[in-house]
Amino acid sequence: MKFWRTPLDLEKQLVPRGDVHILRERCKGCGFCVEYCPEKVLALSKLYNKKGYYPPEVVPSKECVACKFCELLCPDFAIFITEKERVAAEVNRGEG
Amino acid sequence: MSDTVTKAPERLAEPIRAEDLPHPMEKWLRMDRIPHIWCPTCGLGTVVTALVEGIKEAQIEPDRLAVVSGIGCTGRVAGYMKFDSFHTTHGRALPFATGLRLSNPKMKVVVVSGDGDIFGIGGNHFIHAARRNMDLTVICVNNFIYAMTGGQVAPTTPGPANTSTTPFGAFEPPFNLPYLAESCGAVYVARWTSLDVRRMSHSIAKALLKPGFSLVEIIAPCSTLYARRNRLGSGLDLLKFYQQNAIIQNGAKTADVGIDFQRPFIVGEFVDAERPTWEELMRKQMKSVLGEKFIPHEGGECSSCE
Amino acid sequence: MAKADPQGVLTGAHYIDGDEACAEGAMAAGCRFIAGYPITPSTEVAERMAGRFPTMGGTFIQMEDELASMAAIIGACWGGTKSMTVTSGPGFSLMMENVGLAVMMETPLVVVNVQRGGPSTGLPTMPGQADMMQAKWGSHGDYEIIAVAPNSPQEAFDLTIEAFNLSERFRSPVFVMLDECVGHMTEKVVIPPADRIEVVPRFMYEGPPEKYLPYQVDGGRDGVPISPMLHAGMGARFHTTGLTHDHRGYPVMTPECHEQLLSRLVGKIRDHKDEIVHVVETDVEGADVVVLSYGISTRVAYGAVADAKRKGLKVGHVEMKIVWPLPETRILEIAAKVKGLVMVEMNLGQVVREVQRLVSGRCKVLLAGHYGGTVHDPKKVLSKIEEAAR
Repeated sequence: MKFWRTPLDLEKQLVPRGDVHILRERCKGCGFCVEYCPEKVLALSKLYNKKGYYPPEVVPSKECVACKFCELLCPDFAIFITEKERVAAEVNRGEG
Repeated sequence: MSDTVTKAPERLAEPIRAEDLPHPMEKWLRMDRIPHIWCPTCGLGTVVTALVEGIKEAQIEPDRLAVVSGIGCTGRVAGYMKFDSFHTTHGRALPFATGLRLSNPKMKVVVVSGDGDIFGIGGNHFIHAARRNMDLTVICVNNFIYAMTGGQVAPTTPGPANTSTTPFGAFEPPFNLPYLAESCGAVYVARWTSLDVRRMSHSIAKALLKPGFSLVEIIAPCSTLYARRNRLGSGLDLLKFYQQNAIIQNGAKTADVGIDFQRPFIVGEFVDAERPTWEELMRKQMKSVLGEKFIPHEGGECSSCE
Repeated sequence: MAKADPQGVLTGAHYIDGDEACAEGAMAAGCRFIAGYPITPSTEVAERMAGRFPTMGGTFIQMEDELASMAAIIGACWGGTKSMTVTSGPGFSLMMENVGLAVMMETPLVVVNVQRGGPSTGLPTMPGQADMMQAKWGSHGDYEIIAVAPNSPQEAFDLTIEAFNLSERFRSPVFVMLDECVGHMTEKVVIPPADRIEVVPRFMYEGPPEKYLPYQVDGGRDGVPISPMLHAGMGARFHTTGLTHDHRGYPVMTPECHEQLLSRLVGKIRDHKDEIVHVVETDVEGADVVVLSYGISTRVAYGAVADAKRKGLKVGHVEMKIVWPLPETRILEIAAKVKGLVMVEMNLGQVVREVQRLVSGRCKVLLAGHYGGTVHDPKKVLSKIEEAAR
C-alpha cells in the first residue's frame, strides 16, 4: 500500500484486506468502480455478462483494502466487499 | 488504466460465488424488482444506497420511515426501497408527504424526487412546505433535465445546454436550488454530487435527524439524455467532470452557489439553522389560546377503525 | 358497522347552514384531517373544522392550492386518518388529477364540492349544479366514483356521513355535491347521539405485516372486491402507486395487468350499483309522470309537483340522494310504467343525458334545466311536467 508519507505509528497500523464480490449478471458496465477504486484493484473483465455488459474483475496483482467505495458507489448494487483480515502495513515507497 | 489484464483467465478466481452471499443493500430493496430501470452510468442507484446509509446512520426505525416520490426517473426510487413507499403524481409528492406526516406524526417522511418534479411542476408546493418548515426531508436528485420524458429543458438546466425542447440551446436562467430553499425557510440545505457517497449519507442522516424542512440536493449524472445531447461523454465522464469541478465550501452563501453549464460549482453544507417546525408552531399557538382544551392529533390509527 | 366516535359528534339540535352541517357530518363520521383552500361558497366547511378540530384531536391545514389539498388528504388517509377536502368549481377542476390518484390507489376519502355558477369564475356566490359530469368523468381515464347530493343542511350532515361510509365500503373517493344554496341555507339540523350513528370501519388487514400485499383481493368485504388496507408505520413496508399495478402494488406496464386492475376498479362500483342506491320516492306508483331531481332542485320540484297534482295530474317524485352511480334499475322500472320523466337540475343537461341513455326511448325524458345563479322557477318545471304528461 503506498503512503504519501510514512505514518509515525506504522507498526501499529493494520490495513484491512477485503474479498471483492461481483454480481456479474447484475452489473451494467458503468465503470464507476473501476474508475474510482483508490487501489486500482478492479479492471473491466474481457468476459461479458448475459446482457452484454463487461463487469469488473479483480486485478490479480492488486489487494483490496475493504474501503467499500465501490460498494457504495455502484448504481446497480452489483459489487460488495467482505473484510477478510487485517494485515500489518508494509511501506512500498514510490511504487506505481 | 495501467493495470489492464493482459490475458483473460480461464475461470475467474473467486473463492465465494457472489450470488450465494446477499448484497448488503438487498434487505433494504425490493429485490423482486431489481434490476431497476435506470440507465447505465446514471447516479440514481448511488443515491438509493446513500439514502439507506443515511437512514442507518441516523438510526431511524425502518417501520417508521415513509418514502414519497413524484414522477420522473427519480420518482421510481420509492418503488425499489423496502419502506412504506408512495409513488404519487407529478410535482405533488410534497403535499402528499405533508398529509402523510401530519396524519401520522410518528412517521419520518422522506420525499425523493427530481429537479423537474420538485422545482418545476412542484415548485409552489416546495416553497410553501419550506416556508411552513414542515418536518420533511427532501432529497432532490438534480440531473439538470427532464430525463424520463426524453430530455426536455428543466428549471435547473444551465444555458446554453442542448435539450429536446431547447434544440438551439437553453437560455432561461436556472434556479439556484439551495438559494431558493434557504430563502423559503429550509433549516438544513446541503448539496453533493453522487460521487460523494459518504458525504451524501452524512448529510441525509443530519437532514433526517433535524426537525423541520431539509433539502439535500444531489448532482447526479444523466448519461442517456443530458450527457448525450451535449456531447459530454457517458455518465462516467460527467461524474469525472463533477469530481474535478465540484468545490467543497461548507457554509458558502447560498446566493453564490448557482451552477453554470460545465463550469466549476460549489458543493457542501450551506444551511443549518434553527426554526420551529409547523407542528411545534401549531401546538404552541393552540395551547396558548385553548390551554387544556387543546387535543393534538396523535395519528397513526384510524380514528374509528376497529 | 361501528358506532361514531363521540368526540366528533355534537349531539343536539342546531341552527346551522349546509356548509357547517357538512363539516359536522364529517367529524361525526370520524374525519380527523382536512386540507383545504379557501373558495366561495365552500369555505365555511373548512372554517368550522378549523375551529372544532383543535379541541377534538383533528388537524386542519390550509394548503397553498387545491392541488395540494387533494394530494395532502390522500397522504393523510395512507397515514391512517380519515380525511376530507372541500372546494367549489374552480378548485374542483384543480383536484381532478389527484382524484385519479385516489381512485388508482383505492384511497377512501371525501371531496365536498359546494357548486357555484360556472364555468370559470362564473358566479362565486350563487348556486349551480353544472359540475355533475365533472364529478363523474373529471379525471382522465376510465373509472367510477360515487357522488351524493344533499338538499338541506340536515341532509348535508347525514349524507356526508353516508359519503364516508361509502368511501370505506368501496375504497373509493366519494363526492358530496352541495351547491351554494344548500351550503348557505341555515336550517335546523338534529345531530343524534354518537351511539345512533353508524360508521363503516376501514377494511383493515389482519395478517402478518411482512406478508401484506396491498392489492391482493381475497374475496373482498361484503362482496365488494377490495383488498384490506394497512397504513404507513404498521410494518408492512408496502408500495402503492398511481401507475397500473398488480396485487403487490408494483407497477406492471402490460395491457393484461391494466385490464385486470381496471375491471376490478370499475367493477367494484359498476357491478354493485344496485347496492349504492339512496332515493326518496313519493307517489311513484300509478303516476303518469315522474320527476327526477337531486340536491337543491328537489325542493323546487316539491312546489312544481304539488302544483301539478292540484291540476289533477298524476305525478310522482324521485329524489336521488346518491346521484352517481345512477339508480339505474329503479329508473328503468319506472320508465316502463310512465309516459315521461322530467329531470330537474340546475344545468343545461348533465345527469339527464345519463337518464336518456338509460331509458333510450322507453318513455319521454325531458329536462327542466336552468342556467344557474338562482334556483328554478317552479312554473317552468310545471310546464315540463305538463309537456311530459301529454
